[in-house]
Amino acid sequence: MSTHRRLLPVVVLALGTGPLSAHAETITVTIEKMAFSPAEISASVGDTVQWVNKDTFAHTATVKGGWEVMLPVAKSGSVVLDKAGTLDYFCRFHPNMKGRITVSAP
Amino acid sequence: MTTRLHMALAAALILGTAGAAAAADKPTDPQIAHIAYTAGALDVDMAKLAISKSKNKDVVDFANGMVRDHEAVNVQALDLVKKLKVTPEDNATSKALSEASAAEKAKLEKLDGAAFDKAYVANEVAYHKQVNGALETVLIPSAKNAELKSLLETGLKLFQGHEQHAEMVAAGLK
Ligand SMILES: [Cu+2]
Repeated sequence: MSTHRRLLPVVVLALGTGPLSAHAETITVTIEKMAFSPAEISASVGDTVQWVNKDTFAHTATVKGGWEVMLPVAKSGSVVLDKAGTLDYFCRFHPNMKGRITVSAP
Repeated sequence: MTTRLHMALAAALILGTAGAAAAADKPTDPQIAHIAYTAGALDVDMAKLAISKSKNKDVVDFANGMVRDHEAVNVQALDLVKKLKVTPEDNATSKALSEASAAEKAKLEKLDGAAFDKAYVANEVAYHKQVNGALETVLIPSAKNAELKSLLETGLKLFQGHEQHAEMVAAGLK
């Protein structure tokens, strides 16, 4: 029983990160003058998207009904993409700032 | 609700810029800097009133955002005028903006609770819309200095963002 409990997480971890982390990339999106740049990016499951806020305004990268990354002035934030699909995001403080991530299966 | 502000700003812009003397009356860079700075500072004042009066989290969060963003853009504006050795110059549009905003503030001060929240947010939508119109049609096209023009363009995107944010908050109050 106790052996089981100890072993299980190890197996899950190995399966979960082994094949993905090998080629995982970090894609950087810069925020400057009230815009995400590039506004549209393509990525694979397991990749990380990092936003670097170069504005003097705080922003967010928010997926409606999904995650939200807070991006204070001169800070950066990131998410790891965990499934394939199209993610439209916006800044909750300035909803005219929009971006899109197209995530493909690994 | 916000008719007085609209009228005053529209009148000031028309009288001050597109009136009888047309092209000769285009605002100068020192005047544009003053108008843009005033527009932001007035919105900060209004936001501080909302922070002190409102108990609605969305409204208070929105107002805190207005203080943060407008103070930040006004710091940039002050840095720029200093660098360009431009002295912001008071003018009819700035005065009309200040007067209209004072009248609106006096009205808001008498309201409380949900009535205050609704009136404040509705005024924010209208105010940003109005300032955006002025930026697009008068201030940006009239600006001569490229750096001032660029800051105004960022300011326009910021104000447009605030207008949409205010609309979202307004929708949530219903
Ligand atoms: Cu933003």
